[in-house]
This record gives sequence, C-alpha cells and structure tokens, in this order.
Amino acid sequence: MPSLRRLIAASPLLLLLSLLGCADESGGGISSEKLSLIRGRGQLVCGVDGQVPGFSSVSTDGRYAGLDVDICRAVAAAVLGDGEKVQFQNLTATQRFPALASGQVDLLSRNTTVTLSRDAPGGNALSFAPVVFHDGAGVMVPAGSPIRSLRDLGGQPVCLLSGATTELELTDELRKLSLTFTPLKFSTIEEMFGAYKGGRCAAVSIDRSALAAQRSTEDDPASQRLLSEVLSKEPLAPATVQADPAWADAVRWVVYALFEAEEQGITQANVQQKLAEAKADPKLADRRRLLGVEGNLGSQLGLPDDFVVQVISAVGNYGEIYSRNVGEDSRLKIERGPNRLARDGGLLMAPPFR
Amino acid sequence: MQTPTPWWRDRRVVPWLVQGGVGLLVLVLIAFLLSNLVRNLTATGLLLSWRWLGQPAGFELSQSLLPFSASMPYGRALLAGLANTLQVILLSLLGASLLGLLIGLCAFSSNALLRGLARAYVEVIRNIPLLLQLLFWYFVVFLGLPDRDAALQLPGVVLAKSGLYLGWFGPSGWQTPQLLEGGWQAPLQISVEFAALLTGLVTHFAAFIAEVVRGGIASVPRGQWEAASSLGLHWSATLRHIVLPQALRVIVPALTNQYIGLAKASSLALACGFTDLYAVAETTLNQTGRAVEVFLVLLAAYLSIDLVISLVMNGLNRLVQLRER
Repeated sequence: MPSLRRLIAASPLLLLLSLLGCADESGGGISSEKLSLIRGRGQLVCGVDGQVPGFSSVSTDGRYAGLDVDICRAVAAAVLGDGEKVQFQNLTATQRFPALASGQVDLLSRNTTVTLSRDAPGGNALSFAPVVFHDGAGVMVPAGSPIRSLRDLGGQPVCLLSGATTELELTDELRKLSLTFTPLKFSTIEEMFGAYKGGRCAAVSIDRSALAAQRSTEDDPASQRLLSEVLSKEPLAPATVQADPAWADAVRWVVYALFEAEEQGITQANVQQKLAEAKADPKLADRRRLLGVEGNLGSQLGLPDDFVVQVISAVGNYGEIYSRNVGEDSRLKIERGPNRLARDGGLLMAPPFR
Repeated sequence: MQTPTPWWRDRRVVPWLVQGGVGLLVLVLIAFLLSNLVRNLTATGLLLSWRWLGQPAGFELSQSLLPFSASMPYGRALLAGLANTLQVILLSLLGASLLGLLIGLCAFSSNALLRGLARAYVEVIRNIPLLLQLLFWYFVVFLGLPDRDAALQLPGVVLAKSGLYLGWFGPSGWQTPQLLEGGWQAPLQISVEFAALLTGLVTHFAAFIAEVVRGGIASVPRGQWEAASSLGLHWSATLRHIVLPQALRVIVPALTNQYIGLAKASSLALACGFTDLYAVAETTLNQTGRAVEVFLVLLAAYLSIDLVISLVMNGLNRLVQLRER
C-alpha cells in the first residue's frame, strides 16, 4: 500500500504544523501577558552574564550572586513573593537581545549599556528600567607596562569583547588622536581576559566595573593597573521588551523601590519593624504608601500592594545590594561615586511613590 | 462485464492525490512560517531594512585581505570578513587534504609504528570537539610561545607570541625576520590567531580525510596491487597509476562532505580571536540591532560557499568516475 505509507511519512509534518499553531504569541498585550505568564510558570526567567564577579557569577556554593542577580531576585520577589523563584540563564553579548526579543528570557539584567538605538522602536526596541550602575569604559594594562595613557596604545594589540560598546568608544578615542590599534575580539569575557593574561595583548578594554572585577580575582591585584582615562558613559540598566509596557513599568518601579527604600532607611534587617511602625502610625504617610499599608500603588502596576516589603525582605535596599556585591563589603571595593543617591551627590533618584 | 476501477483505488490517481496533498501542506507550512515571521517582525517594529549596509561601521579589523578602516560602511566590513573566511577555508582545505592523504597512506605502511601512529592520530583527533581543539591551539600552544629575544628562531622562520614571521624574497633579495625596536618584522607575517585557527582546522579535518582516503584505498582489490608489482611497478608508481585513480571514485564523494564541513566549521574562528565573516557579522548585529538581516547575509554567504564547493567537487567527481562505453 504505497499511498498509506506516504500518508504515514507525511504525518510528522502534520504534527509539526499543529505544534506551530501554538507558537504564535504576537497578538494581544492590553494588560501584561508577561506578568500572567510568569505567575503561571511560578518562576522568573532572567538573562544574566554569569561570568562577571560582582555583577553576576556563580559563587563557590553554587548560587548565583551579584548586583545584576539581585535585581532579578528583587523582581521575582515583587511578582511571586519569593526572591528565590528565578531561573538564571547565561547569555553572551550577542545572544542577549535576540533572547529577550524571542521571549526566551523575561528580563535582561546583564550589564547592558543604555543607548539610543537599543531603546528606539526602530533599533532593538528595548524598554530600559532605571540605571542600576553608572559605569564607564576603561583600559587595563599590566602594572609594569610602559603604557601610561591612551596615547601610548597606538599600534598595540588590545583585547576586546566582540559586540560591546567599548570597542566603538576606543576606536573613536584613538581616531581623535589619529592613532590606530589592533583590535583582537573575543566572544566571551573569559576568552578575552584569557588572551590578555596569556600576554597576547598590551591592554584590555571594557567597562571599568568588569576590569575591577577581573583585577579582584588576581592573586595580586596590584599587578594590574587601570588607566585614569574614562572613555565613555556606560549607564547599565535592566531591560525588557517594548511590546509589554505594563511589564516594563513593573520592573521599572521595582528598581525605583530599591532606591526609595535606601532613601527612607528601610533595610533587609529592619523592614518588618518599619512595616509594623507604619501600620501603627497613620502620620508616616510616605512610608505607608511605599510599603503598601495604604493606597493601591502595587495593584496599579499589577503587583501585590506589599511588593516593596517582599523586595526588601528578599534582597535589601540598593545601598545594601551595592555594598554586598561591588562595594566595601565585596572583593571589588568600587567606590559608590556616581552610584550614590541624588541626596548624597550621586545620580540615583526615585520619583515619588504616590 | 468489468466494472471500472473506482478513483480511490486507481493507481494513476492516488499517487497524484497524495503527492499533491503533501506538496500543498509543505506550501501551507512555508506560507505560515513566513507570515508568522513578518507579523512578529511588524509587531516588534523590525521590518527588514538594508540601509545599515551603507552606514559607517566604526570598528577596526585586526587583519584584513581587503583594505579596511573604521570609516568604511558595514557592507565593506562584511565583505572584508568574507575575504578572511575564504582565505581560511582555501588554505585549511589544501592543508587538510595533503595531511589527510599522508596519514591515510600511512595506514597501509609496512612499518607497524607508522601504522599505529596514523591510527592513534585519527582516533584521538576525531574524538575531541573541534572547538576544544581550537581553544587548545590558541590559548595553550600559540599563546604559550615566548616573545621577542626568546622567540623560537629557525632558519627563515620565527615563532613568537605576537605572530609567525617568515622570510621571503623582497626587493633586495631574500629577507629574513629581524628583531627591531617595536618587535619582529618580516616580509611575511601571520598572526597567531590565524595560525591557531589554521592549525586547528587542518589537524582536525585531516583526521577525517585520512579515514576517507584509507577507505578509498581499501576499496581497491588486493589483486590490483599484486598485478602491478608482478609487472615490476614500483610501490609509488603502483599507487599513482593503478590504485589512486580507482580509489578516487570512492574518495571524492566522501571528501565533498568533509570540505563542506570544514567551510562551515571555519565560523568558529572567533574562539581564537580571528576576525572572519561570522565575527564581523556578530559585531555588526550588536551595533545595528538588525538580527534578521545580518543572519540572512550569513546564511546566504555560507550557503553560497558550500554550494560552490559542491559544484566543484561534483565536477571533479564526474572526471574521476568510470566512463563506460
């Protein structure tokens, strides 16, 4: 029966066709599809780098740790009430935008620089949350190197990360000085630092935070020297897709909540006490609104009204996250600098929670 | 009286119906996928656009056959990447074929040590992933080379961490590599990235080609060898005039597969820091955000390269096949 055999041969095709019918998720988007998807799944899928100590890396006990990681946990705590309900996915610089656009990850928290073309609908069409780390591209050389400034980089091989904005910044800066250099590009940060430490490059260039992170892993951190020049502004921020504005808003205000909690002195340790005080005292209006004792700020975002309490219980406020991962309590010891609250002379500020 | 065969049992009708149905399904599937793509792209504001090809790239290439600078457009950068890719493919194809032939022949040596070595080479190399081998060659072997005064110096050749320097005929006769203020200088310079990629691809695919060659030669009946030697032909003459022409009929089709595999595997160049087409495309994608367009360019480029290889190899295949009269 040749015809029957042909039919059977064609049946996987039919199956494929019926499966594909479910893959179409383009329509809708009035409320947040993403929020209900995450609630249904019971887990937030968060795209991180996974290889930058201080921002996202796997610590010795097998847990993800870092500033970017804590942002993921904060969002999971806000949506699901549990900061541990996160599935981390390591993404390379090249994979990150397609992974976000295709819905493979819900949130991208992977030291990503905000730029016009990444934000614009005609570019990558991302929706950026507030900047969580103000960074700048820098250059690192071995301590004994004769290279003292950018001027000395002319004609030298420099290790770079393929696709990072730092590559363009360095090219632009050296073009201003009418110098050329030999860019050696690698697809992962380890390969880049591997080639640098192997002595292939005279210098390595990426965000100063990543350079500091790398230096902190050296046996002797003094063996590496950061050039004083900062090549660029690199404001790093979490990102979501533009197609789901409600989800983008939720993420945005979770980040603001971290700033606001620091401003109001609410910490992981005292959040329950502060909550009890707010419940008891109607005069603490600001704190009552922030912690969801009065009003419905959370519901307006599609989150529980006490989402800030959940977030701070899970990861603490911004100051705590900073100091634990990249600040004085970490190996990186990067000064707060521009990453202080506006109140303290920095660049971070949350709009009013009302 | 004979009743006419009903159409659902007619052997002239049924196959047409089934084939037509399957064909229709395939068309529907393709149309569905295309419309899905267009709808999703429209929804995310990413309709195909090619204007970025003419915009200045703004990045440099560490090495390029075609002259290139940061102010040239993306299109030119991709072309320079393609030229680098073609250079890698051609050179490693040549190298892997020669090394593979040599190792394949060693499998028939009367020397047991040589046979064993050939066998061991094939078994070790073909059972380790290519990416690992490339990382090994680059990070362990080539970046482990000493530099400047300590560099490995052979007559006319210098192996250093900064690159491979070869002597060549210059305007004033034979020129050897020289150590100057800024490092080694030579008429011919190869970056360690290129050298590592080439070494990795050549050694890896030589193992597979050696197996193809061994299989081809083994397919020639033993009687052919014996007949040739009874006519007094030397071993090498037997190989060239009797065995290889017959073995090629078996070797060439299998070789086509290896060549195509090699062309595709060259896209792993970024692992050892070499700027090939894929590396340029990756940077372009990151800067322009035109993921679909950049991947279409990549698809078209690798497909064309592989189709050209197939075409050439099929031509070669027709030449070596038995012509029957």
